[in-house]
Amino acid sequence: MLQGIPIASVLIVSSFMFFAGVCGFIIRRNMITILMSIELILNAVNINMVVFNKFLFPDQLQGHFFALFIVGIAAAEASVAIALVINIYRRLNSISVDKVNEMKY
Amino acid sequence: MNYSLTILILLIPFASFLFNGLFGMKLKPVIAGLIGTVGLGLVTLLSYLTAWQYFFVDGMVNGSFPKLIAMTMDWIKFSDFLTVRMGILLDPISVMMLVVISTVSFMVHIYSLGYMKGEKGFQRFYAFLSLFSFSMLGLVLATNIFQMYIFWELVGVSSFLLIGFYYTKDSAVAASKKAFIVTRFADLGFLIGILLLSYFTKTFDFSALTGTDQSIFANAAGVSFLGMSVMTWAALLIFMGGAGKSAMFPLHIWLPDAMEGPTPVSALIHAATMVVAGVYLVARMFPVFYFQAPEALTVVAYVGGFTSLFAAVIACTQHDIKRVLAFSTLSQLGYMMLALGVSGYGGEEGVGYMASMFHLFTHAMFKALLFLGAGSIIHAVHSNVMQDMGGLRKHLPVTHATFLIACLTIAGVPFLSGFFSKDEILVAAFHHDKLLFAIEFLVAGLTAFYMFRLYFNIFWGQDKHYHHTPHESPKTMTIPLMILAFGSIFAGYIPFSKLVTSDGVPFESHMNFAIAIPSVLIGLLGITIAWILYKKETAIPERISKSLGGFYTAIYHKFYFDELYIFITKKVIFNYISRPVAWFDRHIVDGTMNGIGWLTMASSKKVRNLQSGNLPQYGMVFVLGAIILVLVFAFII
Repeated sequence: MLQGIPIASVLIVSSFMFFAGVCGFIIRRNMITILMSIELILNAVNINMVVFNKFLFPDQLQGHFFALFIVGIAAAEASVAIALVINIYRRLNSISVDKVNEMKY
Repeated sequence: MNYSLTILILLIPFASFLFNGLFGMKLKPVIAGLIGTVGLGLVTLLSYLTAWQYFFVDGMVNGSFPKLIAMTMDWIKFSDFLTVRMGILLDPISVMMLVVISTVSFMVHIYSLGYMKGEKGFQRFYAFLSLFSFSMLGLVLATNIFQMYIFWELVGVSSFLLIGFYYTKDSAVAASKKAFIVTRFADLGFLIGILLLSYFTKTFDFSALTGTDQSIFANAAGVSFLGMSVMTWAALLIFMGGAGKSAMFPLHIWLPDAMEGPTPVSALIHAATMVVAGVYLVARMFPVFYFQAPEALTVVAYVGGFTSLFAAVIACTQHDIKRVLAFSTLSQLGYMMLALGVSGYGGEEGVGYMASMFHLFTHAMFKALLFLGAGSIIHAVHSNVMQDMGGLRKHLPVTHATFLIACLTIAGVPFLSGFFSKDEILVAAFHHDKLLFAIEFLVAGLTAFYMFRLYFNIFWGQDKHYHHTPHESPKTMTIPLMILAFGSIFAGYIPFSKLVTSDGVPFESHMNFAIAIPSVLIGLLGITIAWILYKKETAIPERISKSLGGFYTAIYHKFYFDELYIFITKKVIFNYISRPVAWFDRHIVDGTMNGIGWLTMASSKKVRNLQSGNLPQYGMVFVLGAIILVLVFAFII
C-alpha cells in the first residue's frame, strides 16, 4: 500500500498533523475542538508508528499493533473527556476552557 | 519587736483598689466609698500603732533609732548581685511619713464622701485614691532604691489618673498629660542616677547606701565626667527625679495645672503627700549627698531657695484660689529642699534635716487643711476665682475658722505648728548661708501676705452674686477640716529633734529668739499689708499692679515659663529633633520594612501567574518546554 511513496512525504504529513494538533490544543477555547486536536496528535503518532514499522522492520508487526492499541485508548479517552465536558457544561453552561479555572484555587 | 502587721498597711489599700476597680461599678457609690474609707481607717490605725511601737515601745538601740527591715523578699532575681527586692523598711522618716500619709489620706477619704457625692465615677475615684495610697505607702517603706523607683512611677500614674479624673474636660486632660510627661522626663534622670549609683556601689539597698560604711563608694573614687565626680552626677540626677516630683524650678510647671483635678486630690496628692516624695527621696539618700556629693547638696539648697522665692512672688498675683495654694505649696517645698541642702550630718549639725522633716510634717497638715477648706468654699460658691467670692465668713463658719487657723499657721504666727518648723529652717539656713537665709526671710513675709490676701478676699468684703446662698458643707467635709485644724495647731509640739534626725541620734533643739522674733515680725507685717489692701475692697491693689506695669503682667503670667516651654518644645524640639527623627523613622526604618514586604508581594504576584488555571497556557508551556528539551538534546548533547 505504501509502495512508491517515500518515507519523507509520509513524515511530512504526520508532522503537519501533529503541529496542527498542538496549535489547536493551545489556541482554541472550545473544549470539543481541543479534544479533536488531541485526536489529531494521537493519529499523527499512529501514522509514524505504522510508517517506521513498515520501513525499518517490514517483517514484524509490533508497530501496527501498537497503533491499534493507541486507537483503542484514544476512543476510551475521548469517551471520558466527553463525559467531563458534558458535566462541565451542565455546571457552568459553557464549554470554554477560560471558564474552567476553578481548580487553581 | 514584731512588725509583721506592717505588711497589711500595703495590702489593705491594694485590695480595696482591686475590689473597687473591678467590682465598684456594680456597687452603690456610697458602699464603694465606705470600703475605701474603712480600709484607709484601718491603715491609719496600723500606722499609728507602728509609730507608737517604733518610737516609744522599742525605742532606741545604742542611743539611736535603728533602721529595721520588717520584711523582705526577692522579687526578681537576675543574678546574685542584681536582685530586685521588695520589703518594708522602718526608720524615723519612713515611720513619720506613714503617719502623715495615712492621716491625710484618711481625712481626704472621709471628705470626699461629701465633696464627690453624686459625681459620675465616684467608685472609680475611690479606686484611684486607694491605688495612690498604696503606692505612696510603698514608696516611703521601700527598702531599696529600685523598689522606691517602682512605687515612684505608680505614684506618678495615680496622680495622672486623678488629675484627669474629669476626662471629658479638655483642660483636665491636658493638665494630666503635662504632669505625667514632665515628671516622667525628670524620672529619666532619676533612673540614670540610680543606675550610675548602683553600678559603682553594687547595691540598691538603702541600709548599705546610707550606712556608716563608706567603703562601698571606693569604686567611684577618681571617676569623673565633665569635671564632676561620678557620685555628684548620680546625686544630681537623682535630685532631678526628686525635683520633678516635688515640682522644683524649672520642672515646676506641672503643679499649678494639676489643680484641674478634684480638690480632695489636690489636697492629698499635690499638696500633702506626693509632692513631698522628692524631699523624702533627698532625705532618704541624705548621707550619700552629704558625704559623696556635697556640691549636689549646694545645688539642692539653691534650687529650693530660688523656687520658694519664685513661687511666692507668683502666688501674690494669682486669682484662682487653688492656684494660689499650688504656688504656696511650691514655695513651701522649696523651704524643705533648702533645709536639706543646708543641713549637716549628725546631732546638732543635722538641724536642717530635722527641720525639713518637721516642716514636711506640719506642712502636710496645714496645706491639706487649706486645700480641703478651698474645696469646701468651691463647693459652696461653684467657682474657683477669688473675684466671685467675698463675705463668706457669715455663710461658712466652720470653714472660715479652720481656714483662718491654717493661714495663721502657714504665716508662722507663734505657737502654731508652722512657726516651730519654719523657725528651725531659718536657723539652719542662717548658720549655713546668709544669702539663703535672706531669701527665706523675705519669703516668710510674702507667704503671710499672699495667704491673707486670699483669706480677706474670700471671707471679708462684700457678698457677691451667688447662684444660691452659700451654705456650710456637710459633716463629712467639716469634720476632717476640724481634725486637720487640730493637727495644724498642735503638730508643732511634737519633739522632732528627739525623734527624727539625720543619723537617728536625738539632740536638744532650742528656740533661737534672735531669728524667731524678726521672722514673726515680718510675717505680721505681711498680714498687716494684706489687711490694709484687701480687708475692704479698695482700688489700691489695682493701682499698685498698674504702677508695676510690665513686671506685674510678667508675674501674673508666671514669668512666661509655660510659654517658654511651649516655644522650646513646639518650635525647637519638634522642628529640629522630632521631625528629622520622625522622617528617619518613617522613611528609613519603616521604609526598609515596607520594602521587604513590597518585594515579597510583587514577586508572589508574578509567581502566581504560573498557576493560572488556564489550560491553553499550561499547554503552551508544556509544548515550549518539550521543544526546548528537544533542541537541547539535538544540539548540545
